[in-house]
Amino acid sequence: MSTKVENQKGWLFVLPVVLLVAFNAVIPLMTVVNYSVQETFGNNEFFFEGVTWFEQVLHSERFHQALGRQLLFTGIILLIEVPLGVAIALAMPRKGIWVSVCLVLMAMPLLIPWNVVGAMWNIFALPDIGLLGRMLNNMGIDYNFTRGPIAAWATLVAMDVWHWTSLVVLLAYAGLSAIPDAYYQAARIDGASAWAVFRHIQLPKMKRVLTIAILLRFMDSFMIYTEPFVLTGGGPGNSTTLLSIDLVKLALGQFDLGPAAAMSLIYFLIVLLISWLFYTLMTRDEAT
Amino acid sequence: MSRIRLEALRHSYLARPSSDADYALRRLDLEWRDGGAYALLGPSGCGKTTLLNIISGLLRPTEGRVLFGDEDVTGATPDARNIAQVFQFPVVYDTMSVYDNLAFPLRNRRLPPAQIDSRVREIAAMLDLEAMLGQRAANLTADGKQKISLGRGLVRSDVNVIMFDEPLTVIDPHLKWVLRSKLKELHQRTGRTMIYVTHDQTEALTFADEVVVMHEGQVVQAGTPVELFERPRHTFVGYFIGSPGMNLLACELEGDLARLNGHRIAYDGAIRADAQPASGARLEIGIRPEFVRFARREEAGLPVRVLRAVDAGRFRVVDVAFGDGDGAQPLKLLVPEGGAIPAGDAQVVFEPTRTHLYVDGWIAT
Repeated sequence: MSTKVENQKGWLFVLPVVLLVAFNAVIPLMTVVNYSVQETFGNNEFFFEGVTWFEQVLHSERFHQALGRQLLFTGIILLIEVPLGVAIALAMPRKGIWVSVCLVLMAMPLLIPWNVVGAMWNIFALPDIGLLGRMLNNMGIDYNFTRGPIAAWATLVAMDVWHWTSLVVLLAYAGLSAIPDAYYQAARIDGASAWAVFRHIQLPKMKRVLTIAILLRFMDSFMIYTEPFVLTGGGPGNSTTLLSIDLVKLALGQFDLGPAAAMSLIYFLIVLLISWLFYTLMTRDEAT
Repeated sequence: MSRIRLEALRHSYLARPSSDADYALRRLDLEWRDGGAYALLGPSGCGKTTLLNIISGLLRPTEGRVLFGDEDVTGATPDARNIAQVFQFPVVYDTMSVYDNLAFPLRNRRLPPAQIDSRVREIAAMLDLEAMLGQRAANLTADGKQKISLGRGLVRSDVNVIMFDEPLTVIDPHLKWVLRSKLKELHQRTGRTMIYVTHDQTEALTFADEVVVMHEGQVVQAGTPVELFERPRHTFVGYFIGSPGMNLLACELEGDLARLNGHRIAYDGAIRADAQPASGARLEIGIRPEFVRFARREEAGLPVRVLRAVDAGRFRVVDVAFGDGDGAQPLKLLVPEGGAIPAGDAQVVFEPTRTHLYVDGWIAT
């Protein structure tokens, strides 16, 4: 006989979370898994197909190109937004009335709904009536983001940088604010140059928040949909068809549920894998 | 290396200071001898750190001058002044090894690598850090990190003064003692001027040859530990230093004697010409508990009531009350181990050469 008191009431407290996670994550995901291994011709008839769709997606030229574009886009915006965000955070005032002014200005783009950002930039960049488009064309630059792939990419990148650099700025600024004055004082006494202060004090102390910033920016940019959808719709041609746009075309445009479900899962696993890689690499030497 | 002089220093953190209360430092003239071991002692908020930051150049004083030798450095930056400072919380460069941390100030000053190497090894040996030179500084314990902070000051041969801003705050009690002895030893070996800021009298009195006591933005006394103990210039020094602190009893004057409730008490010395009390001035008799004792049988003393005695190891601290009712004033005295403590009413005697008269807080003799 066990003398342990059996108290099963604990399960009741866990139940809400179990239900929540089940309904918003596990069950929808399982539905996708279900679709990804079956074929349907409508009428709610399904035929088991095994890993056919996965093979098809993984071998499709279209998926490779979308993935390539996606990696390129994420790579470009990370390379711009992280250094730029850190630079802006370093340039921001540390005390006084301007702190609030800067913080509010920085937070502004983050508060605008994503499709509004897309619409704003669409109108802003229109070659005939948009301020940016008109100006560039008047300066003699042949700019039309609905026709030229390079112009479309440039606009897309500029929009994302405008929209999301603030996030990096705010995180980096928080990291900088947490550095005690004594470090700066010690550095001045040690005769450290501005670069040495950045390299040996500010950067190491910002490492944690920058890890978060890079992870967030990676995940968000890798899954970006709304803004490019509103701005270019994936065009011209397929030049700005990123993974999520391609997925929606496949799932809702062509209604290929099986391949779309398989692609969703592959997409999900890629995000998970790269996030894990980033995180492991960046926190590697913190274990001790 | 040179002597440091502070002339007519005042500092306020406000843009337009109007009254004395706006000043974190109120008029200060001080001189620090080359090679001295000083302690700057005072409670939190008395202006110690402000003074330290003015000497190091992290702050520019509102008024007055800072001189290193004969050179006016009031406007000079910290690295131009050749000073070193150890902060309350250890500051190390986390990403660097212990070796690189120690070499950092020298590399910034572009010394030849061979010279850097020999300096770093010499200082590491002094601080017992040799075995850890290759380790990452971030992985050291608090006392190890504090040693690195100190080491970064010691490696430079051109340092005028090393300043410590409550450096033992985050150190474990049993290591405080070790590190404090180390500091004392380093002072003797290097002969550098050291200024040690603390609010802990034990730290100040064990480290320093001369202790500077600050209170409300001014220096109330600078002297050897013995001077501070035997002849506090200000009542603040009296009760801030010593445990328990000095007894202070309100009194009146009657000729060369002080009168406490009709009882006459002799005090040490005669009132200075410049310290004659104005009418309405606050007069107090100050006497340390060490110099108060119970009267012998035939002796006449001050009548007191014994309240309680607390054992403090080699002696007992006895609380007594002098006077009656609302006018009763507390008084403490020390009775050596084994000494008798009367119960109820008793009489106490003050050692006359250790009894001082204070006018408005300042010693009058």
